Amino acid sequence: MTTYFNEMFQDGRVRAPYAGLEGWTNDMPADRRLAKQAEAEALFRRIGITFAVYGEGGDPDRLIPFDMFPRVFTGAEWARLEKGIKQRARALNAFLVDVYGRGEIVRAGLIPARLVYQNEAYEQAVSGFTPPKGVYSHIVGVDIVRTGPTDFYVLEDNCRTPSGVSYMLESREMMMRMFPDLFRENRIEPVDNYPEKLRRTLASVAPLKCEKDPTVVILTPGHFNSAYYEHSFLADLMGVELVEGQDLFVDGAFVYMRTTQGPKRVDVIYRRIDDAFIDPLCFRPDSMLGVPGLMDVYRSGGVSICSAPGAGVADDKAVYTYVPEMVRFYLGEEPILKNVPTWKCAQNDDLKYVTENLAELVVKEVHGSGGYGMLVGPKSTKAEIEEFRARIMADPSNYIAQPTLALSTTPTFVEEGIAPRHVDLRPYCLVGERIELVPGGLTRVALREGSLVVNSSQGGGVKDTWVLAE
Amino acid sequence: MLLTVDHVTRYRYDHPVRGVVQSHRLMPSRFDGQKVIDWQVTVAGGVAGGAFRDGAGDWVQGWTVAGPVSEIEVRVTGTVETTDLAGVLKGHRETAPPEAYLRATAATEADAALVELSELVTGAENVLAGCHALAAAISEAIAYVPGSTTADTTAAQALAQGEGVCQDHAHALIAAARAAGLPARYVSGYLQAGTGVSDEAAHAWAELYVAGIGWIGFDPANRCCPDARYIRLGSGLDAETAAPIRGTSRGGGAESLAVTVAVQMQEQ
Amino acid sequence: MLSRTADNLYWIARYMERAETAARLLEVGARISLLPTVGGYRNDWDSLLRASGNATGYAAKYGAPAQAQIESYLFFDRDNPNSVASCLTSARESGRIVRTALTTQVWDALNTAFQELRQIESARGVQELSRLTDWVMRHTAMVRGAIDATLLRNDGYNFLNLGYYLERGDSTARLMDVKYYVLLPRADYVGSGLDNDQWSMLLRAMSAHRAFHWAYGGEITSAKIADFLILNPQCPRSLITCVAGMNNHIGRLAKHYGQTTPAQAAAARMLSELERLTADAIFDEGLHEFLSRFIRETAGLGGVIHDSYLSGDMH
Repeated sequence: MTTYFNEMFQDGRVRAPYAGLEGWTNDMPADRRLAKQAEAEALFRRIGITFAVYGEGGDPDRLIPFDMFPRVFTGAEWARLEKGIKQRARALNAFLVDVYGRGEIVRAGLIPARLVYQNEAYEQAVSGFTPPKGVYSHIVGVDIVRTGPTDFYVLEDNCRTPSGVSYMLESREMMMRMFPDLFRENRIEPVDNYPEKLRRTLASVAPLKCEKDPTVVILTPGHFNSAYYEHSFLADLMGVELVEGQDLFVDGAFVYMRTTQGPKRVDVIYRRIDDAFIDPLCFRPDSMLGVPGLMDVYRSGGVSICSAPGAGVADDKAVYTYVPEMVRFYLGEEPILKNVPTWKCAQNDDLKYVTENLAELVVKEVHGSGGYGMLVGPKSTKAEIEEFRARIMADPSNYIAQPTLALSTTPTFVEEGIAPRHVDLRPYCLVGERIELVPGGLTRVALREGSLVVNSSQGGGVKDTWVLAE
Repeated sequence: MLLTVDHVTRYRYDHPVRGVVQSHRLMPSRFDGQKVIDWQVTVAGGVAGGAFRDGAGDWVQGWTVAGPVSEIEVRVTGTVETTDLAGVLKGHRETAPPEAYLRATAATEADAALVELSELVTGAENVLAGCHALAAAISEAIAYVPGSTTADTTAAQALAQGEGVCQDHAHALIAAARAAGLPARYVSGYLQAGTGVSDEAAHAWAELYVAGIGWIGFDPANRCCPDARYIRLGSGLDAETAAPIRGTSRGGGAESLAVTVAVQMQEQ
Repeated sequence: MLSRTADNLYWIARYMERAETAARLLEVGARISLLPTVGGYRNDWDSLLRASGNATGYAAKYGAPAQAQIESYLFFDRDNPNSVASCLTSARESGRIVRTALTTQVWDALNTAFQELRQIESARGVQELSRLTDWVMRHTAMVRGAIDATLLRNDGYNFLNLGYYLERGDSTARLMDVKYYVLLPRADYVGSGLDNDQWSMLLRAMSAHRAFHWAYGGEITSAKIADFLILNPQCPRSLITCVAGMNNHIGRLAKHYGQTTPAQAAAARMLSELERLTADAIFDEGLHEFLSRFIRETAGLGGVIHDSYLSGDMH
């Protein structure tokens, strides 16, 4: 029987970061809790916040369940996480600059050329280009799980356009509105300056040709997109325009947006659309979401695109296994955050091990996301395992396997009262002229008892994430 | 050899369009086999946009034309001094690694027939000899029949029907070479073939990467390697990404296209 | 402001006003059909469809006019872009796109109307027509009220108001034109009791009959009506009020942006023409002819506003 690290209770005692919450829960009668829960849901619905982690699909108008029990880190715990995340974000960006430049890490034989240059996310169109400040991925979302007091593992990196940050901000807003006392009694680091930090980060990577205060915009695929709420939420808080492809056009060497006062030049585009749709002249010619000619302007230094096209090659699940190598190679440091040991089914020895131990492992598709196309061995029936085995054998290189991690739990409000549920964490690291991280992130919780899958499409919810001031 | 080029592309729209955006790869490549004496690209009524040298060493230039406009003329004129290097792309500076040209695209996906052809390379004792054998086999397998294929015809389709034009020859050669594990790419340019004006002077061929030598051009359509009669403009994974002109218009009606190309040897 | 944002704001207003017009048309139609039939005049519902510009769409779908089908066409039909349901849905969708340019109150009002519409749709056929039209009036007023009470007086506010005034002017002209179609074949009805009943219903449908009596008193005559609904700046739905409103908001845009466009001149021209007009001159031209011309000119002004601010193609 696996034992799980409970972030609040250890050996019958309350761990330090949660001390401020013990009395709070003891004093909360069930009816008040239910009333508060209903209040929270009504507020979310009223604001119209809807949410879907990218690629999960599903009903775009649905609410994600919000759990009021916060997840807490001490300042010291956070300091170490922060250092590890920033280190990873630096290494990933160094890797991107390298593989679109001289490719030193490939020449050094540390990562197979095939994995990089034949990767679907590798964009030939940006080969030989270094974006302003050498940054490809301006917002790095690092998914982290905890298995013990000091044991943190990185599950995956998100270098393109990680979503969910609006939920981090709204969860905090909700908690402060409903439980102001908690914030008076506990010294909790604020996260509400994230939009301002994001705006500054984006402005700091303005192209060379931009001589004035840069004009930043967010480019959305449109109001039918599942994350449209987040796009408009961030644009509003940052005080920038939320544009669609049709609002932008190229004239000469620059990009402009169509306004009621005529064309206005745009310097930095925070895009929430995929590479393939950015510019029909360069990528998919049938794209109606992008801006024709944008890539020529980008490569000639007339506009910045965040994240840079091609950044996805760094967050591929097969490339993931080499991130510790990247940290050593580019930074000359030892990785602070651990990778989950990974078997690549493309390799015969690994494949043999994986097929012999399916009942203990988690198997994922290399390009899959959102908890689909995935086998959680210990939680699966014999039949499910056998069915998955056949899928792996049919196309081994499409799968990797990892040990089933004993994800930590935090107390969570459930129907019967309070019970431990498994959680993960996605902090958002901002990379521009400086590397910054707001203290906190998005904590996702698997609301189903015993479930290890935190994705919102599979019964996951979110919590407010606290970092206590030292 | 001194080659002069006069290449005119005329776009006509049956209703005026609100604007046109284009991306050009129309500058001769810089390598030991060619030297630009003079070269000019003009777009009537257009504004030259951003320009840069990409990872493959091509000079890319953006253009925009503000509407309303019903006709656009892109004119390329110039003189290039060429040298026969037996197809070898010597002295060409590029940052993109050859491995980046192993990826198949929709047009260059290898089917069973193309994989079978690729054995001419994998089975050969000498890779270079294998490449020549493969190029020759493609020439045999696909007869040059203008109008027998379209811009969207894939390598596998062209091989199956046994007819095609230079684009199909190049695609088939690229697909088979990649199936053999050789990096391969599509090259667009000009060819001085006889005298007079024709649209066949706008030409395309393939380059294969042979370790120890580098990129080598093969022109299955003409059963040879590019020599002093060829001017190289740009390259890509397939015809679409290597196109000398990629463009789009906003609003308006149907577009019709007229191209004339004259490539002539200049008396020295 | 992004042209697309301005365009969405402008259309929120036009759709809300258009929903209200559809409801008012339904009310006029229902009331006219309660009058005793006098041989010789045209089918009332038919005239109503024609005047509102819905005749072609309706005929394509249903053929001959029948009351129940017309009600459904003007209120529920999603295939009819001018139906109440289509307009409220489009207005709410535009609101969602420009959510950050609206206040919570305005969004709430738009969203609530939409959510209630869905309930009404699922219980179709249960409610009486008059309750439905009242419901529309209430919600359009709530959105309008939220805009006036909470929105910043910036360029977006001006685009919203342009949409309202333009659509309202168009709708007043069309509602008046219903009368023309009803009475066309029998000139001898003019000035008769029947004539007055019909004018009175028209005023009622515009929630303007009390106001009319306060302003004019005595007999209802077509001259008084024309004066009230076309030339009287006190009437909130009169053509001159709508054109003056457009003129005002277009002027504010010029001031706000520090630059004028062809839209300012076009609006000023329309206003000065109306200001010089008399009821006699209108009847000399012919009421129907005048109204048709006004509808055309309003559409023209809409085009100029589009080209000057909303299309995004200005340089």
